[in-house]
Amino acid sequence: MTIQDNPNGEQAFDNKKMSIEEYLDQDEKKDLLRFLTAGSVDDGKSTLIGRLLFDSKKLYEDQLSALERDSQRVGNAGAGHIDYALLLDGLKAEREQGITIDVAYRYFSTNKRKFIIADTPGHEQYTRNMITGGSTANLAIILVDARTGVITQTRRHTFLCALLGIKHIVLAVNKMDLTGFSQEIFDRITADYHAFLEQLPAENSSLSIPDVKCFPLSALEGDNVVEKSDRTPWYDGPALLEYLETVEISEDHNMTDFRFPVQYVLRPNLDFRGFSGKVASGIIHCGDEVMALPSGKKSRVKSIVTYDGNLDYAFPPQSVTLQLEDEIDISRGEMLVRPDNQPHVGRQFETMLVWMDEEPMDMSKSFYLKHTTNTTRCRLDHIKHKVNVNTMERSETDHLVLNEIGQAVIVTSKELFFDAYHRNKATGAFVLIDPITNNTSAVGMILAPVADEALHTSAALPTIDLGRLGIAPEHRDAVRRAFRELERQGIAVNLVE
Amino acid sequence: MIENYHLSHLKELEAESIYIIREVAAEFENPVMLYSIGKDSSVMVRLAEKAFAPGKVPFPLMHIDSKWKFKEMITFRDNYARQHGWDLIVESNMEAFRAGVGPFTHGSKVHTDLMKTKALLDALDKHKFDAAFGGARRDEEKSRAKERIFSFRDQFHQWDPKNQRPELWDIYNARIHKGESIRVFPLSNWTELDIWQYIRLENIPIVPLYFAKERPVINLDGQLIMPDDDRLPAEYRDKIEMKKIRFRTLGCWPLTGAIESEADTIEKIVEEMMTTTKSERTTRVIDFDQEASMEQKKREGYF
Repeated sequence: MTIQDNPNGEQAFDNKKMSIEEYLDQDEKKDLLRFLTAGSVDDGKSTLIGRLLFDSKKLYEDQLSALERDSQRVGNAGAGHIDYALLLDGLKAEREQGITIDVAYRYFSTNKRKFIIADTPGHEQYTRNMITGGSTANLAIILVDARTGVITQTRRHTFLCALLGIKHIVLAVNKMDLTGFSQEIFDRITADYHAFLEQLPAENSSLSIPDVKCFPLSALEGDNVVEKSDRTPWYDGPALLEYLETVEISEDHNMTDFRFPVQYVLRPNLDFRGFSGKVASGIIHCGDEVMALPSGKKSRVKSIVTYDGNLDYAFPPQSVTLQLEDEIDISRGEMLVRPDNQPHVGRQFETMLVWMDEEPMDMSKSFYLKHTTNTTRCRLDHIKHKVNVNTMERSETDHLVLNEIGQAVIVTSKELFFDAYHRNKATGAFVLIDPITNNTSAVGMILAPVADEALHTSAALPTIDLGRLGIAPEHRDAVRRAFRELERQGIAVNLVE
Repeated sequence: MIENYHLSHLKELEAESIYIIREVAAEFENPVMLYSIGKDSSVMVRLAEKAFAPGKVPFPLMHIDSKWKFKEMITFRDNYARQHGWDLIVESNMEAFRAGVGPFTHGSKVHTDLMKTKALLDALDKHKFDAAFGGARRDEEKSRAKERIFSFRDQFHQWDPKNQRPELWDIYNARIHKGESIRVFPLSNWTELDIWQYIRLENIPIVPLYFAKERPVINLDGQLIMPDDDRLPAEYRDKIEMKKIRFRTLGCWPLTGAIESEADTIEKIVEEMMTTTKSERTTRVIDFDQEASMEQKKREGYF
């Protein structure tokens, strides 16, 4: 049996006349590409997404008929055109306002890959949402209108993608039909864009995008989206979808530095003690020597356990359970690494910080900081500067407000095990949580550890002198245990005896 | 030996879901996994078993029984929980049940509000659960496309779609005040096809109603409804006919439309799904109640 016009875009199924079993066996092996789309409604972003979904046959008949019905009623696309934005903007409030206000996720697949789209808005006040949608993306599609070219918004989106460490960018020069598919215009826009990329501030080598590709498109009419257009004979690259299907992403994970933040200690019975978690980066084999942080105790990996049997090795982003040869006390939030490849261990670091909260930053406040599976209290030591996302210019400030980005120094209560974000996303990223509202107030990308001298305030922990407090020696063990537990919960003190 | 550091999309989704499930077990005091007995729940339950193997899953399953579920679902539920060693909690809105609330007498909106949403909220309060896993997927429905994986609910279990916590990377904010809770959706990034693929790959048992078979049905306003007990109103009884049907989703029998189908294996279901032109939620009667109805239900606390 063959299948035609299926809604999941599996056209190859028909071409190759394979059985459903063969098809499923092949489909199981496809990989996953997560991408972000940035741009405004005016750039035709929703139309482009709708086109990718529509032309790869993902839209079901009832979704389409609902869309046609809605397009007649509240659509903005003009007579005769389907308003794809209606399909993508899920929430009632947004339909009324006519803008996308949050991140929406879309799914489609072709015979080569599965795709997850994080659809985020282009308006400046919603930087927060773009950062959210982009944090898990392998690739970003940045839309520009061929009639206007590279504008402030394009620079802002590119800066944010670079900040998030997205390694592949597609510059989608859309609405080429309205410029007569002019090669001159396309060449000028791509030249402008590359010139802008050169100017990205390369502080700590954190802002660079290794892979940039430009595409001349008409999303509305379908040129170069799914199939190559004969109206751009001067363009010799692939259609957008073909590129998305083939761009190499397997090297985007850090496969060098083994980091295993312990997520959950599994102890079903006296004979089994395992440390569950995700391999954040690097590769681990059975028999490898590992070191626990912060204790520094060493052991070897006895087995890598999963429900489906033991593995010889594990790599990111697998979720596994490690058994060690020796009994070492390790808790959630602690980390297994290799003795010869350790992260920074420390309580103070420099970071890029994006403020996500309606409530402005208050320097006097302390926050919860969640980093990998570790949570600690922290405070802001000082802000070096903030960055204007439109011009990349720096200016002095003493606090940040919603959607502002700055470079700050943070001091934590307990030690973190971290790497620079541009080297290792998994161990370089964190969020700040307001302890009163529990809101996620800010997100950070660590740049580097800082020395004591660079701090504006003292990093010293509160000192508790057991002798001076009159704690008898026989009770000190219990007190030490209590403080160790407190430290695991994120509040560290300096115990003196 | 050449090592391969490449994960298929299913293995990547599996790894992500296991990470989410472990995160909840580590961060919350009293989590629960909501179990609808459907195919998505079946996958979610298997992922939880995987997350803690070789140990036992450290939280119970809870089924909200609307008292109108298909009998085969209840049998399947009890067998599965027993065979896999799950602690199973079953809760219903007994007050409304005794008052005779049902879809035929009260309409789908009142029935869903009382027997599903209110029953769920009462059960969450009764057991003081601070986190509840649900098997919803973002590709199911428009308002779900924007749902966070850790979705905050206030003390009245309400969702505020305009004021969701930013959620970045794999760092989930699990902090709540007393009385508040988090709904967790570990299958957020799975599609319907992924679910079927995974069921096939992992040999996960599912309720037989998903497979085509000759069954009695009546045509109620364009939906093929299978009368599953004697509560079918008398006026419909002579309209029953036998058809080869199956269900794409499972729920309350008067509110779940069947499709005519020959698909009696997973392979045939996938084949059918790929050639069909209707999305799966069209067989759910409750979605059509009112404009933006799923968003409304979600705000009120329904999944």
